[in-house]
Amino acid sequence: MLETIWFMLWGVLWAAYFMLDGFDLGIGTLMPFLARSDEDKRYMYNAMGPFWDGNEVWLITAGGATFAAFPTAYAIMFNGLYSALLLLLFSLIARGVTFEFRNKVEGDGWRSLWDIFHFLGSFLPALLLGVAFANIFAGIPIDKDGIFHGGLFTLLNPYGILGGILFVLMFLTHGALWLAVKTQGDLHARAIETAKKTWAAQVIVAVIFLGATWIKTDLFDNYFKYPYLIIIPLLGVGALIIMRTFIKSGTEVRAWITSSIHIVGVALFGVAGLYPRLLPSSMNPDYNVTIWNAASSQLTLKIMLGVALVMVPIVIAYQTWVYLFLGHKLSKNDLEYEEAY
Amino acid sequence: MDVVMLSRLQFAAASMFHFLFVPLTLGLSVLTAIYETMYVRSGDKDYKRAAKFWGKLFLINFALGVVTGITLEFQFGTNWSAYSKYVGDIFGPLLAIEATLAFYLESTFIGVWIFTWDRVKPKTHALFIWLVAIASNISALWILIANGWMQRPVGYVLRNGRAELENFIAVITNKFGIYEFFHTVSGAYILGGFFVMGISAWHLLRRNEIRFFKKSFRLAATFTLIFALFEIFNGHLHGSEVAEAQPAKLAAMESLWVTEQSAPMYLFAIPDEENEKNSVELLPIPGMLSLLAHHSPDAVVKGLKEFPKEERPPVVLTFISFRIMVGLGFLFGLIAILAWIKRNRIENAQGLLKILVYMIPLPYIAIETGWMVAEVGRQPWIVYGLMKTRDAASVLTTSQVWISLTAFVVFYSFLGLIDFYLLAKYARKGPEAIK
Repeated sequence: MLETIWFMLWGVLWAAYFMLDGFDLGIGTLMPFLARSDEDKRYMYNAMGPFWDGNEVWLITAGGATFAAFPTAYAIMFNGLYSALLLLLFSLIARGVTFEFRNKVEGDGWRSLWDIFHFLGSFLPALLLGVAFANIFAGIPIDKDGIFHGGLFTLLNPYGILGGILFVLMFLTHGALWLAVKTQGDLHARAIETAKKTWAAQVIVAVIFLGATWIKTDLFDNYFKYPYLIIIPLLGVGALIIMRTFIKSGTEVRAWITSSIHIVGVALFGVAGLYPRLLPSSMNPDYNVTIWNAASSQLTLKIMLGVALVMVPIVIAYQTWVYLFLGHKLSKNDLEYEEAY
Repeated sequence: MDVVMLSRLQFAAASMFHFLFVPLTLGLSVLTAIYETMYVRSGDKDYKRAAKFWGKLFLINFALGVVTGITLEFQFGTNWSAYSKYVGDIFGPLLAIEATLAFYLESTFIGVWIFTWDRVKPKTHALFIWLVAIASNISALWILIANGWMQRPVGYVLRNGRAELENFIAVITNKFGIYEFFHTVSGAYILGGFFVMGISAWHLLRRNEIRFFKKSFRLAATFTLIFALFEIFNGHLHGSEVAEAQPAKLAAMESLWVTEQSAPMYLFAIPDEENEKNSVELLPIPGMLSLLAHHSPDAVVKGLKEFPKEERPPVVLTFISFRIMVGLGFLFGLIAILAWIKRNRIENAQGLLKILVYMIPLPYIAIETGWMVAEVGRQPWIVYGLMKTRDAASVLTTSQVWISLTAFVVFYSFLGLIDFYLLAKYARKGPEAIK
């Protein structure tokens, strides 16, 4: 029972990370294509300014929760995906420093350097997270001792790459919509136009991905076994369709919220399909890492559940407050503010 | 080199680099919060400028501290997966609690603090930096409880082929971790204090913004003195806890080879690991080691020869690191007393000001060597008495770890140099005028 609750929490933490940092990664990836001036770039940095660091903690918590609740899965996943995870880590480090570094020295060369770091540090995590999760959905080559037989390129199979592209597109739309929430005028209009285009691409890739998931994975089995779970993908698909109406009518806050629901839906669709597996083995189903063979002791799960039930609502409360308090549209004044990025 | 050694080097590189930034985050967040509180209470604009000036340096430093912290969490899984599997039931929760209790608070309110100088009342704004400072310190508490468990494992039972949690309260009240917390945090405050005093001294020597830097200096001098003295006291307590919990580490710290009653402390010694003795031993203080380790000049102190060779830590590294740390600790006490005495007319104390500028890097050395004592001195154990480091590593190829280790060193050095350059640039620039 506790194992199942922790499995759900595990899924929710990853979904929350994708939903929150997803828009940061999306804006960072869009930057070289969307920004026409240094001012545009500064609007983009400041649109993420007060939020990105708090968003990234959801990744640390998702990793920490994996470690705490399913230490065996944590050990096998992080060991097996060594190169991919370190690449993700370096990318996130590269992105993280740019906010503080970029405006500390005058000069185009200096700023371009950090803009490149920022782009790579946004695009690569989006891609890698998608590749990693698609591979987990399909199963990774782990043997009975949990040893991973492969390397970075094992993960770059067609289905993995498709997952990567889907994540990048999801985050691009999500980022464009958050940028629209935070800006006005010309940049706002371009953000909306971008969202329309990436949305269309996202729909196409999502359909292909669903089809490939049907062929390549057994995620759907759980939806036949527990039909009520179908609500999750339905919510995801519904949000994706409704999003388009909101983008078109220029109600970007609603569009961003539906995009959030969509991302959560996609993540939970995969996670629910995995249950009770955390890391399916593509070598033999007997080698699957499941919540039963990877979980912590009952005592640890109980204590951690207590911590999560108290702390997560508090975190959600103050982070929501921050979004409401600082979610306003940026103006020239905000860029002139002396502590602005 | 094998995967274990390479992974150890990588962990050492990643955590020592991370720990170049953490102590200043801990120390300077508290000092910045105090300056901002002084502004709220007195309305003195110099304190607002102080909060902004030191706050800016804090943020440049924080940028690298926060991003390099993720590495540490990841590395337990990437490079030490056997360890993670074996003790994850106890160690994992401590990291997860650190994230939920501290990281969210710290990372969320640092953003709020940066962007709301003109949006909220000064009192509320000061509250934000206090939340950041408190969160950083809570984070230190939990990570040190986690490290304390590796030093002195408690509250566990061996079951299902791994260490499982049996008594959570015992784990979080582990006195080893609590001592480490006070020792590390005081060290970080000393570092923050010398950082502020050193940069203030640099400007005072140039007669730049004298009024402003005197105010910064006075407060930092008192702050540093309190923790420099406290550190000497709690360092002693921590040392005697090591003597109880990890006699092999203590013997290596002191390079004591033969078990002795009423063991002396040699002010100068050169260990010779090969021949299991000290090649030079000078200036003994009779019974001092027994007194310090076990509170009695007649107590028996275990020597390294009590332990099989393969269960002894590297002696030279542990010994030298410990000596450097302790020597610096006393120096900090001395300089902090002088600085405090002179704090009201510090601008005239030219000699002391010059010394203070050169003091800036020393607490960094003390803290890094302190961690060498803690971690190298614990070898060959990853969890003392429970799991050997050589059994803890992941299944990786040496080329994988060579590549990642090289990438860490190159990438971190690059970022470290940039960060150091920016800190120096903004420290020299001095505070902004208030608009």
